[in-house]
Amino acid sequence: MQAETTAQLDELLLHREIEDFLHTEADLLDQRRFKEWLELCADDIRYWMPLVWNVPFAKPEQEFSVERQDCAWIDEDKVTLTQRVKQLATGLHWAEEPRSRVSHLVTNVRLVEVRPDARAPKEVVVRSRFLVYRNRLQDEVDIYVGKRQDTLRREADGWKICRREIYIDQNVLLAKNLTTFF
Amino acid sequence: MSVETRSLDHLVSIESGTVSRELFVNRDIYDQELESIFGRAWLLVGHESLIPNPFDFFLSRMGEDSVILTRDRKGEVHVLLNSCMHRGMKVCRYDKGNARSFTCPYHGWSYSVDDRVAEQPGQLVGVPGFEEHYHCQLDKKAWGLVRCPKVVNYKGTIWASWDENAPPFLDYLGDMKLYLDAALDHRDGSEGGSEVIGGVQRWRIPCNWKFAPENFIGDHYHNISHRSVDLVGIGPSAGRGRRDNEGFESLIIGFPELGHGVIGALPHYEERPYHPAYTNSPVAQEYHREVYERRVRNLGKERRVLTGAATIFPNMSFHGIQPRTLAIFHPQGPTEMEMWRFYLVDKDAPPEVRDVLRHYFLRYSGPGGLTESDDMENWSYATEASKGRMARRHPYNYQMGMGYAKPVEGLKGAVNGGDTTEENARIFYNRWRQFMEGRGWSELMGRN
Repeated sequence: MQAETTAQLDELLLHREIEDFLHTEADLLDQRRFKEWLELCADDIRYWMPLVWNVPFAKPEQEFSVERQDCAWIDEDKVTLTQRVKQLATGLHWAEEPRSRVSHLVTNVRLVEVRPDARAPKEVVVRSRFLVYRNRLQDEVDIYVGKRQDTLRREADGWKICRREIYIDQNVLLAKNLTTFF
Repeated sequence: MSVETRSLDHLVSIESGTVSRELFVNRDIYDQELESIFGRAWLLVGHESLIPNPFDFFLSRMGEDSVILTRDRKGEVHVLLNSCMHRGMKVCRYDKGNARSFTCPYHGWSYSVDDRVAEQPGQLVGVPGFEEHYHCQLDKKAWGLVRCPKVVNYKGTIWASWDENAPPFLDYLGDMKLYLDAALDHRDGSEGGSEVIGGVQRWRIPCNWKFAPENFIGDHYHNISHRSVDLVGIGPSAGRGRRDNEGFESLIIGFPELGHGVIGALPHYEERPYHPAYTNSPVAQEYHREVYERRVRNLGKERRVLTGAATIFPNMSFHGIQPRTLAIFHPQGPTEMEMWRFYLVDKDAPPEVRDVLRHYFLRYSGPGGLTESDDMENWSYATEASKGRMARRHPYNYQMGMGYAKPVEGLKGAVNGGDTTEENARIFYNRWRQFMEGRGWSELMGRN
C-alpha cells in the first residue's frame, strides 16, 4: 500500500514538474527571452512540423509528410534554431520587427512514456495541445492550434527538449509566415 | 467602374515607368485578370513526381479553380476541373491519392479516368437513377468533368492552359526555356532528371499575387529585405551569407515580347570555374564537385545559362541553384494570394545529399524560411498601404534603368538590363497589359 502511494506520488510530482517546465518554456517565448529558451533545447534537438494532407479516414498514416524524406513546414536542428534567434535580434527581421505580441497556451499535458520510471526519470515523452496567438502591428492576427509531442531528457542542468513534433491543425497554412516558435 | 472603361494605358504606362496601385487592390481589375490572364495563359499546375503511378491524382489549382491532376493507364497526365457537372460539388476533396473514378458525394454522379470504361478522361460513367429517374435520357458523354484542353509535361513539370488556341508551350517559353532547363535539368547537365521533394508548401498571404512574380523576375534591388539573414549567415558553407558564391555575374535578363525574365547568367559556351559549395557537408560538397565534372564533359561546348531566380508569365517563378525550387502564386482575391513552393533535387542524388539540400532549402524558402518570411511582410503591407483612397491616386515608380537595356547575343528577343534595373518589372506589366487588352494569340506571339 505504502509502495503504491509512493509510486503514485512520484508520478504526480513528475507530471507537475513537466507541466511546469512546459509553462516556463512558453513564458520565456512570450517574454521574448529567446536566448534563455534556446538553452532549454538539447544540442541534438530535432524540431519538426510536417505538412498536413487531407486523406481518407482509413489512411491515417498518409496524413503527415514523412520525416527526413518529404517537405515540411519547419525542420530544424540547434544550429538553425540559433540562427532564428540571432535573426530576431538583428532588429532587421521585418517579419517580426516591430515585435509581434505572442501568447502560447499549452494545455492537455499528458506523459505518455517515462524512462526508466517516475522515481528517477531520465527521459519522458509528453503530449500536449498548443494555441499560439500572434498579433502584429495594428490588426493582424494569426491563430495556430495543434498538437505537440515532445521528448524531454534530464541533463545535468535540468530538463532539455531533444525532440519536438508539431502537428498544426491546418492544411493550407493560413498565416503568411512561421516566424514564431511552437 | 469596369476595366473596359478604364484606360489600360493610364493604369500601366511603360513609357513613363509607372503602374497604378489599382492593379494591386481593385476587385474589377482582379476579376478581369481571372478571365483574361488565368483563363488563357500557360499555368504551372504540378509535377509528375507527385503522381508517379497510373491513376495517381493530386489536387491543384488554376487561378481560383480547383483542378485534379491525374494520370491514365498509359501514364499520360490530364487536368480536370474539380466540380461536379450536376450541382458543382467538389468531386475530389483529398489532396492526393490513387483513384480510377471520382464519385460526387452530393448526388452520386461518378466520373472515370480509366480508359476501359471511359472514352475520355473524366467521362460521366455513373448516374444514380439513370433508368428510373432520367428514363435513360441523359447524354453522359456530354456531361463529363470539364477537361483542360491544353496540358504539357515539360521535363516533369505539368503546365496547362484553358485556351485551346494557346500556342505550343515551347513557343510561349521562347528562349526562356534555357533558364527553366537550368533549374529542371540534372546538375550534371543531362536533360530533366529532377524531382520534387515529397509534397508542396501551400500558404496564404494577404498581398496581391503580382508582388511575387515581380519580385522573382528580376528585383535585385530588395537586398534590404534580407539584410537580417545576410548578417546571421544561413548559407550552406560555414554559414556565410545566404548562399554559396555561385561564381557568375548575375544580370537582369528579360524577354519583352513574352513577359518572362530572370536574374541569371548570360549564355556561355564553357563551364565556369568550379566553386566549392555545401562545404558544411563533405558528402554534399563531393556530390556537387562530381556532378560539376560530369557537367563539363556532358555539355562540352554547348550553349548554357545559369538561373538565380526567374518568372514565367504570369504566376510561376523558380530558383535554379540555391535554393532550387518552383513556386506558383494563385490569385485569391485582389489582396490575397495562395503561394505554393515545391523543392527540387536530382532524382538520383544520394539520400544524404538529398537531406542536406532539403534542409537548406526549407530554411531559406517557404513561410518558415529565414529569407522568404521577410518577403511576406513587405508584400502584405505594401498591399495594405495601397488600399487607401489617397494612396490609390499615386502610381508605383518603375523608372530604374529605363532605356539602358541592350539586346543579348545568343538569346532570341532577350534584353540585358545590367545588374540592377526595373526593366523586367516593366516587361512583366507590359505583358500584363497586352493580356488584359484581350489581344489575340497571333498578336501576343508577334505573328502578325
